[in-house]
Amino acid sequence: MTAAIARKSNQPPVYLDYQATTPCDPRVLQAMLPWFTEKFGNPSSITHAYGREAETAVERARAQVASIINADPREIVFTSGATESNNIAVKGALRFHRQFGKDHVVALATEHKCVIESCRAMEREGFRATYLPVEPNGLVHLGHLEAALDERTALVSVMAAHNEIGVIQPVAEIGAVCRQRGILFHTDAAQAVGKIPMDVDAMSIDLMSISGHKIYGPKGVGALYVRRRPRARITALIDGGGQERGMRSGTLPTPLCVGLGEAAALAQAEMVDEALRLLGLRRRFLAGIMRLLPQTRLNGDPEKRLAGNLNLSFPGMPALTLMEACPGLALSTGSACTAAEVEPSFVLRALGVSEDLAAASLRIGLGRFSTEAEVDYAVETLAAAVKRLGAAGVTSALAGTT
Amino acid sequence: MATRATYLDWNANAPMRPEVAGAVSAALRLCGNPSSVHGFGRRARQAVNRAREAVAALVNAAPEDVVFTSGGTEANSLALRAFSDRRVIVSAIEHESVLAAAREAARLPVSRDGVVDLGALERGLVSDPRPALVSVMVANNETGAIQPVAEAARIAHQHGALFHCDGVQGPGQIPVDFRAIGADLLTISAHKIGGPMGVGALIVRDGLPLLPLIKGGGQERMRRGGTENFLGIVGFGAAALLAAETEARQNMTRLRDEAERRLCDIAPDATVFAHAVPRLPNTLCVAMPRVAAATQLIALDLAGVMVSAGAACSSGKVARSHVLDAMGVPREAADCAIRISLGWSTSAAEIDHLVEAWGALYARTRASAA
Repeated sequence: MTAAIARKSNQPPVYLDYQATTPCDPRVLQAMLPWFTEKFGNPSSITHAYGREAETAVERARAQVASIINADPREIVFTSGATESNNIAVKGALRFHRQFGKDHVVALATEHKCVIESCRAMEREGFRATYLPVEPNGLVHLGHLEAALDERTALVSVMAAHNEIGVIQPVAEIGAVCRQRGILFHTDAAQAVGKIPMDVDAMSIDLMSISGHKIYGPKGVGALYVRRRPRARITALIDGGGQERGMRSGTLPTPLCVGLGEAAALAQAEMVDEALRLLGLRRRFLAGIMRLLPQTRLNGDPEKRLAGNLNLSFPGMPALTLMEACPGLALSTGSACTAAEVEPSFVLRALGVSEDLAAASLRIGLGRFSTEAEVDYAVETLAAAVKRLGAAGVTSALAGTT
Repeated sequence: MATRATYLDWNANAPMRPEVAGAVSAALRLCGNPSSVHGFGRRARQAVNRAREAVAALVNAAPEDVVFTSGGTEANSLALRAFSDRRVIVSAIEHESVLAAAREAARLPVSRDGVVDLGALERGLVSDPRPALVSVMVANNETGAIQPVAEAARIAHQHGALFHCDGVQGPGQIPVDFRAIGADLLTISAHKIGGPMGVGALIVRDGLPLLPLIKGGGQERMRRGGTENFLGIVGFGAAALLAAETEARQNMTRLRDEAERRLCDIAPDATVFAHAVPRLPNTLCVAMPRVAAATQLIALDLAGVMVSAGAACSSGKVARSHVLDAMGVPREAADCAIRISLGWSTSAAEIDHLVEAWGALYARTRASAA
C-alpha cells in the first residue's frame, strides 16, 4: 500500500456506499428496542391492552411517515420495503385498471431494477410497457414523456432521485402532465424521501415508494403512499387478513414500523442542515478528484442531483480493479442488489456512456456520518490508486474478458 | 387497568424470547455503528447464512430451500400465486391469507372436530384431472386441531398435484418436518415462535420453479427481491434454534389441560372445540354459553387477561369464525367462543388468573340470568 494518508490497519474502511444502504441511526434503534421485547402485542389485537399499545405506536409511525411527504396518515401502507412497494404500485395499478381498457405503462429506461422487472412481468401478462430513454444528463425529456402517453396509459413510473447517478427528476412537472391526462403517477422515492423535499400534493403524486434502510431506518420495512383524493386504486399483491385497508395483508411488524417512523421524523427535522453539509462534502470530493485526476468524468446532471451522490468515470481504469486497490474504501459500481453482477451499469449505458467508460465508473455515496477527513482520505486514496495502476499499465481493455 | 397482566394470545403474536432479543440487539449494534458498515456487509451475509441454516434445520429442509419473506402471509401469497395456472384445493379452515390468495379455490370440508376430510380431497382430485395445488395447514390457528398433512401430501402427489402446507402454527410446539410431510412448499413465520415480526419464509422443494411475487434485484436466488430484512432474519434464526428445543417440553400441554379442566369445572355447560382430536399443546378454544365473545374479551381485558376471539388479523373486529362455521358449530355457540393460547413462559399463576377472571364473569352472568 502506498496510500498517501496513513490509516491504521485495523480501522474499518471509509463507508462511501450510502445509496446502497445506510446505517441505522442510533436514535432510531433506541426507539425500536422496546417494541422488540417488552411491548410485543399484535397491533391488530385491539381487544386487549398489549395490542392497543402496539396499534398506537404503529399509528404514530404512520403519521410520522405521512408528515414528511405531506400526506394523510390514511394514505400510508406499510410494506416490507421499497422493492415490495414498487411491485405493488406497478403491478397493482396495472391489474386494477385493465378493466377500464387501460393496459399501458411508461417508465424510464433507468428505473430501479425492481420497477423494470415489474413492468416486464406485466408485459408477460399482456400489458404494454414503454421504457423511455433519458437525456445524456440522466434527466427525462418532458416532451418525449408526453409523446409516449396514449389514451390507454394507466401508469407513469419515474424514480424521484436516482440510486446510481443521483439525478433528481422534475417530479412536479411529470405529476402535472399525468394529472391533467388522468394517468396515475408513481414515483420510486426510496432515495429521495428525507434527502430532498417531497410533497405528494404539490407534485401531484398518486403512488410513492419509501424505504426504511435508505433513510437511516431498519431494513425490512418501507411504505407505499396511495392517494385517497382522487383515489388511486390498486389490486393487492399480498392477500390475507385485510390489514392496511386491504392493500397489504400480514401482521404489522411493530418495531420496524416504529423505526421507519422515527427515521422519517429525524430526516424531516434535519433534512436541510444535512443536505447543505453533504453538498459541501460532495463539492470538496469532486474538486479534490478533479484537481488530482483532471480526466475524471462526472455522470449525471452536475446540479440536479442528490447532495450525497457522485458517479465518476476514470477513463481507462477498470472499476473492479480500482476498488480492489482501495481496501480502505467501501465503494460500489452501482446498484447493490445483485452483488455478483459485474456487467457495466445499464443506467450509464442508457445515458450514452460507452461500455468501456461505464466499466470504469464508481458510485460515491456520502451520508449522515461522512466526515471531511473521510472525504480527504478517499480522494487521495483513489487518486493514488489510479496513478499507481496507470503506471503499472492497467487499462480498461475489458478486464472482464479474462 | 389491572396491575396483573396475563398474556394468553400467543397465537396472535408470541413475545420475542430473551435469547432472540439478545441476538437482535447484537445485530442492532452491528448495523448501528456507522463505521462498521462495510465489514457489516460481510458479517451480515454470514449471519443471514447461519440463520438460513437454523430455519432450515427447524423444519428439516435444506438451507437452499429457504426463501425469506416478510412473514407468513406473504409466503402464503407467494406459494399460491406462483401456481395460479393450477386449480387450487384448500381446506375450509385455512388461514385468511390462504383463502384470500386463492379465492376461486375449492374448499374441503372438515369434521366436527375441525380435521380436514381426506376422502373429499381424494374425490376432488379424481373428479377433475387438471393439474392442482392442494393447501392444508399443519394445525389450525383458532382451534389448534392438527391436520393429517403427510397423508394429504401423499394423496395430492398420487394424483399429480403439488402440496403446500401452511406451517405458521406448529413449529416450536410439535415437530414439523418438511421432508417427512413430503410437502412441495411450506410456510413458516418467525413471530409465532418467539422471533421478530415482519419475517417469515417459504420453504421450496429443490427443483420446483417458483414465479416470484416480488421482483427486484435477484435476492433469495431470484425468488424474492428486496434488500434482506437483516435484523428480522437474524432473529428468526435465533428463534428457530430455540424452537427446536421447546418442542420437547410438555409443560404447555399440562397447563392448557389444567385450564381446560378448571374452566369446565366452573362451567359444565362450556364447549371445548376440537377436544376429541390431537391439538397444538398451547391452544384452547372454548365457548362460555350465552355470553358473547366480545363481552368475555372486555371483561377479561379489564381484569388484565388478554385473549382473543379468533384470528387477530383484520383490525380487531370480532367477526364470525369461518373455522367454527366449517365445523358446523351452531351460531349461538360460535358467537361465544374465545381463543386462549399459551406460550413457553406461561405460568401456573397466569392460568389461575385466567380461571379467576373467567369464573367471576361466569358467576356474574349466571347470577343475573337467575
